[in-house]
Amino acid sequence: MTLLLEVLIAVVLVGGGLFALVGSYGLLRLPQAMQRLHAPTKATTIGVGAALLASSFGDLPGGGAFSAQEWLIAIFLLLTAPISALFLAKTLILRDEAGTDLPDTRTGAPWATLDQTPPEP
Amino acid sequence: MILSYALGFALTCFALALVLNLIRLATAPTLTDRILTLDTMTVNAIAVVVLYGVWAGTGLYLEAAVLLALTSFVGTVAYARFLLRGSIIE
Repeated sequence: MTLLLEVLIAVVLVGGGLFALVGSYGLLRLPQAMQRLHAPTKATTIGVGAALLASSFGDLPGGGAFSAQEWLIAIFLLLTAPISALFLAKTLILRDEAGTDLPDTRTGAPWATLDQTPPEP
Repeated sequence: MILSYALGFALTCFALALVLNLIRLATAPTLTDRILTLDTMTVNAIAVVVLYGVWAGTGLYLEAAVLLALTSFVGTVAYARFLLRGSIIE
């Protein structure tokens, strides 16, 4: 493994670890519920993505084979993270835990989550 | 050489993130926060499992990581739905 590749993977690993730490710290410290939703769902995905990237290209002690299983995990996490974040945001709004200051939608219509009218067929 | 240091640093960061999540889980103000924290914990645990597999020099741990990734999403959605509806399968 060349030195350049090693340094690149090391940078990715350190950056990913820091991102995960920042995301979890944000989850602990941010004041509002919606802000807490924002911190880990993005930062942790980047952190795990970095770990998976490093694992995929740098099989460290055993030496060198590229493996594809990490990409399966990464694709699945990237697909499901926005969906679970959307579900949690809906739960926050419908349970009145989001705080009273939802911004105006500027379309005249209410927030889609709170809209009670059935959709047109 | 440099890679093993970076690997140790990343593992420490993810473990510390898990500890922070545990504190949040114990002191969360609302139920939704607890679900979000569990979701984050699973994602951090996936990273720890993958990096430990690299540390141990085997690809076996990737299977466990795949399983965690598959089941955590279902769990989060089921929890959120249970909070909203009071049941999961209607």
